Amino acid sequence: MNIAVCIKQVPATESKIKPAEDGLDIDRTGLSYVVNPYDEFGVEEALKIKEQVGEGKVTVISIGSDKTVEALRTCLAVGADEAIHIKDDALAKGDTYITALVLSVALKKGDYDIIFFGRQAIDDDSGAVGIQVAELMGLPHVAGINKFDLNAEGRTAIANRQIEGASEIVETSLPAIFTCQKELNEPRYASLPGIMKARQKPMTVWSLSDLELTAEDCGAEAAKVAIEKITSPPVREAGKKIEGDVPQAVAELVRLLREEAKVF
Amino acid sequence: MDFEGVDFLNLDDAMTLEERMVRGEVRRWVDKEVLPIIAQHFEAGTFPMDLLPKMADINLLGANIDVFYGGAGLNSVAYGLINQEMERGDSGLRSFVSVQSALVMWPISEYGSDAQKAYWLPRMVSGETIGCFGLTEPDFGSNPKGMLSHAHWNGTDYILNGTKMWITNGTISDVALIWAKEDEGIISAFLVEQGNPGFMQNKIKDKFSLRASDTGELVLADVRVPVTHVLAKAKGLKAALHCLDQARYGIAWGAIGAAMACYDTALNYAKQRIQFDRPIAGYQLIQEKLVYMVTEISKMQLLALQMGRLKDQGKLTSVQISMGKQNNVYHALQIARLARDILGANGIMYEHQVARHLCNLESVYTYEGTHDIHTLIIGEKITGLSAFT
Repeated sequence: MNIAVCIKQVPATESKIKPAEDGLDIDRTGLSYVVNPYDEFGVEEALKIKEQVGEGKVTVISIGSDKTVEALRTCLAVGADEAIHIKDDALAKGDTYITALVLSVALKKGDYDIIFFGRQAIDDDSGAVGIQVAELMGLPHVAGINKFDLNAEGRTAIANRQIEGASEIVETSLPAIFTCQKELNEPRYASLPGIMKARQKPMTVWSLSDLELTAEDCGAEAAKVAIEKITSPPVREAGKKIEGDVPQAVAELVRLLREEAKVF
Repeated sequence: MDFEGVDFLNLDDAMTLEERMVRGEVRRWVDKEVLPIIAQHFEAGTFPMDLLPKMADINLLGANIDVFYGGAGLNSVAYGLINQEMERGDSGLRSFVSVQSALVMWPISEYGSDAQKAYWLPRMVSGETIGCFGLTEPDFGSNPKGMLSHAHWNGTDYILNGTKMWITNGTISDVALIWAKEDEGIISAFLVEQGNPGFMQNKIKDKFSLRASDTGELVLADVRVPVTHVLAKAKGLKAALHCLDQARYGIAWGAIGAAMACYDTALNYAKQRIQFDRPIAGYQLIQEKLVYMVTEISKMQLLALQMGRLKDQGKLTSVQISMGKQNNVYHALQIARLARDILGANGIMYEHQVARHLCNLESVYTYEGTHDIHTLIIGEKITGLSAFT
């Protein structure tokens, strides 16, 4: 069983985020980074499947700067077998489409039975890349799964996804793409010897030319989405307290709801 | 919210990715497994035995031991960071790991035979066997050389008699590393197993401090120890002190963890606590305390990191370790006291953890060489004059 997990390095959950001066990115000074928590569910599920089947390989793939190596190595420490790091300066201004395009080309170079993504990255919360990759590769996908079962022959898989008020159970042929939701599993800790061994596991580095892509294919010009501005949400204004006895206060509340809040 | 740690001086840049990953994993483990349950154990006066298999799962035990025997083979900085994060949870828990790893596994790997290593170390890595270290006696603490414990050679076995006091893991341990004087006066190390006739492990109760740690008194009355249970290469008090160097090194790191927990609690509290219509963090007297804390924590980190680098180069001396233990525990204790002060009445509650750290650190301050004894060790080094007697 050959499994790929696409991961993203994101600012740690406890980070205090503010817009950068140019308003086109966040201020990254002093941020610490982690593997996107939803992607960790994918890594854990991949490791569980490999253990269950008794053979196979788990490959983690990520696009990013040199710093991304840390996220990949974290996954290797947990138990993934090898990593692919795609880095190219031309990718700095990409959107989800560019990310999906590059990943789809990279994924086609491997012969994967199952490809996991997190359902979304906790930094930009787009929740788009996994599904876009499925479209570009012409593969079936199940998004936001919280349960995964491989059938006995390993040719199909059954995944559960939470929908409004119910659970949807989907059977799909493999290869297929799954994006992972909470409750899928409990990601394991890296063992301390695992951390020490991670450096010896293979890490392949690809640039765009290794994928036969060009800066024109993947630069800001090719992106479908352009960020115009990133701003902090407006500071919430203080609430209004209505004082006085009840009949008077109710009358005042109704007036405010009508005249100021304009709810009716 | 996840614990962020303190890194005012960007010391993370001076650590390897592996070192930071080890810290991150243990930090996450402590947040999830230790912090939710530790106050209950502190109150009940029990060691959290349930954590033992979980510690073994991620190889927390004997992380400094060669991978050949199942250890994680970590370098000294990574080992130190484990101690830091464990003590951010509780000094008692760090004490458990220190004793198991530095005071029992390390001596076996350093002074034991291949057969002893092969037998004991894998069992201790997996947590199947818990160890303790018996050096201190009721009347011989700072002066271990005067110990009364005696090992008489009867021609086939050693016969041990004596009492050991303040022994961490004393009653939960399956094997005790006991230091005793042979007939000709040489201090040697013996592995005494639980259940060995004449060997009693009594719990020391009614402690204000290290309540989540097991502390015992070990009584040896004509305990027969076969030659297979003697650590042949451990001869003289020097060998025992060398073991303590390992543990004291870990304590210097551990103290940073307790200090960070107190500082983090005090800082967050001060930013949220409103008095006279604004957060108390905005008042000069509170800021002075918080600044002292972050400054001392940063200095403690520098000291510990440099000790770790020297240790891996084989250059770290006992007297340098004395400085690390003495300085870091002293300031951790001051930080815990100030944090309790900033929290006012809330500072005494279990919920806010600072009083627990404060009570624990009172023990850490005087165990593994008291603050004053370490002062005299450094004093002797720089003046050439011993002030012990």
